[in-house]
Amino acid sequence: MIKCIDWIIKHQRAVRLTWYVFLAGIALLSLMVDKSHAHTWAEKHIPFFWSIYGFVAAAAAIGIARWYGHSGIQCREDYYDD
Amino acid sequence: MTDIVHPSLILLGGALLLPFIRGPLRKPYLLLVPLLTLFDVVSLSGQNGIFGVYQFMDWQLVFGRIDRLSTIFALIMSLVGVIGTLYGLHVDRAGEHMAAWSYLAGALGVIYCADYLSLFLFWELMAFASVFLIWFRRTKKSLSAGYRYILVHAVGGVILLAGIMLRYQAVGNISFGLLDVHHPQLYTWLILTGFCLNAAVVPLHAWLPDAYSHASFNGAVFLCAVTTKTAIYTLARAFPGMDVLVILGVVMTLWGMIYTIMENDIRKLLAWSIVSQVGYMVAGVGIGTELAINGAAAHAVAHILYKSLLFMGTGSVLYMTGTTKLTELGGLYKKMPATMIFTIIGCQSISAAPFFAAYVSKPMIITAGYEAHLVWASWLLMFGATGTFIYNGLKLPYFLFFSENKCSNQTWKRAADPPWNMMFAMLIGSTLCMAVGSFPTLLYRFLPYPVDFNPYTMYQFLETSQLLGLAAVAFFLLKKYTVPEAKITLSMDWFYRMGGRVFMWLVRHPVQWVDSAWGEAYRVVGLRSLMTTAGFWSWFDRAAIDGVVDGFARLVRGLGGRLRLLQSGQVQVSIYFAAALSALLLLAYVLSGLY
Repeated sequence: MIKCIDWIIKHQRAVRLTWYVFLAGIALLSLMVDKSHAHTWAEKHIPFFWSIYGFVAAAAAIGIARWYGHSGIQCREDYYDD
Repeated sequence: MTDIVHPSLILLGGALLLPFIRGPLRKPYLLLVPLLTLFDVVSLSGQNGIFGVYQFMDWQLVFGRIDRLSTIFALIMSLVGVIGTLYGLHVDRAGEHMAAWSYLAGALGVIYCADYLSLFLFWELMAFASVFLIWFRRTKKSLSAGYRYILVHAVGGVILLAGIMLRYQAVGNISFGLLDVHHPQLYTWLILTGFCLNAAVVPLHAWLPDAYSHASFNGAVFLCAVTTKTAIYTLARAFPGMDVLVILGVVMTLWGMIYTIMENDIRKLLAWSIVSQVGYMVAGVGIGTELAINGAAAHAVAHILYKSLLFMGTGSVLYMTGTTKLTELGGLYKKMPATMIFTIIGCQSISAAPFFAAYVSKPMIITAGYEAHLVWASWLLMFGATGTFIYNGLKLPYFLFFSENKCSNQTWKRAADPPWNMMFAMLIGSTLCMAVGSFPTLLYRFLPYPVDFNPYTMYQFLETSQLLGLAAVAFFLLKKYTVPEAKITLSMDWFYRMGGRVFMWLVRHPVQWVDSAWGEAYRVVGLRSLMTTAGFWSWFDRAAIDGVVDGFARLVRGLGGRLRLLQSGQVQVSIYFAAALSALLLLAYVLSGLY
């Protein structure tokens, strides 16, 4: 197990490339899948909708947390010890 | 109960006997009691109806309402009892196990009862027992966090009691069931507030990350499972379809998510994520359809499985290394490989990755939102699901196990996989997470309503895979903005922690000044007359009273000497004796009423 993880860390580029190929495959499949289970207009008509949503939502979550934390909500660890 | 054994009795009886079971019998006994409780709950799951009805003064107490809603919550609570006790099996302080079992007994009491009086008593038993799971960490910070925890829950309990009393005045009974959520009265809001405080609904949530992050390594396994999910049960029982819960649930999901991304302490990170995940359940209860209630119950079960697993994984890190801060950890895959695998299974389960626990529960609530035409809520819950994957699926395992090693020499030296019982408990948790995620009918057959939902459609699978796959890309591109910082985050607890300081300042300055001034005035004006009067009474005392009183004083001194042995000086011990005496008096009162 440890050797396996060491190998992945050493070959990060190959792992990343495999991941992108996998995502592209999933995204292409999403164009062909039966969308009768989709609940909204956007899901039915915007190609790669959930890929776009996933990326934007993740970036927004990280951005909001960063902005909020640095606006004064994150404090030194001994804040309450005074 | 008259014809069946209430599982809380097994746990409470087991807890009372525990200090007397020592030596080689202790560990088998520790396993036996929660296993018996689980078997009892499983045997009760075949029943349906009302059991254990007692008349107490004007009120009817019902200790055993058994239906599909109570059964699924009771099953998962008793299962946590087995897993949590196994995890802490090597802890030889009986008090820790007694507190955990009493806490579970309170939760099972709430789940099975059908009247507000017994609900309130079991509710308070939960609060009183669980605070010891925080204090048993035995640090200065856990002591303060425990006091804050019990004070907040005491306030919540008073609000709940006020609601119960106003409702009794209005409707004339104490039966606990569905409330009229479309025409809420003052008592409806008060009862809702009491339940919401225990469910950690924003803005009544700050107690949870504050307390759970300071709990003992094994106490947190019980804490993360019991209080909030018992509250979800009470909300699902009394408030299904209450619109405001949809909004509150969505706010919880997003609020918890943002705080989790900022967090540095791994157990506080998980505590914040409880707020986020319980938000899905609260929203499900608010939507209120059969699919939504099924989703809330299913997510409660899945959540208890993966969250207890995650607290076991991070508890192992705390137990073995002594620290929980990401800024003092990293690269642990080399030293704790088994813990890493179990923790990652928990991380994927909370992220609703296909074949892991929440994949079969979270989409139920989101689909129920779509079907109830609450598209905004479902989309925001999807936003929360993406964030969950960021903080729990990626940030936690990445910075804990794989990123740069920031351990001190001492931490690195201590790091290793934990003892066998902790590993075995994590193995059970991991297996259950994957079994439920891969074979959803295992869970669906226990849900309150018949299930017409299949998470394994190609569309659902591709939706989740795209969402999580691209979220992972965003995480690795923006990773530098998520690097943990050695800081704490301020939340709503700031108000009462700072409020406490204002109170202390008032006591130390203006109040103390008034007290000193009064003392001075008394010394100048009152002392002379007092001395004269005292001279007379002194004579009277010597001449007349002493003879009578001396004998009495000797008696009191003897009693005092015996009582002194009970006083260790610890407030917790005093609370224990006070509560035990109250319980005895209450029991005597109840028995005198019954016979």
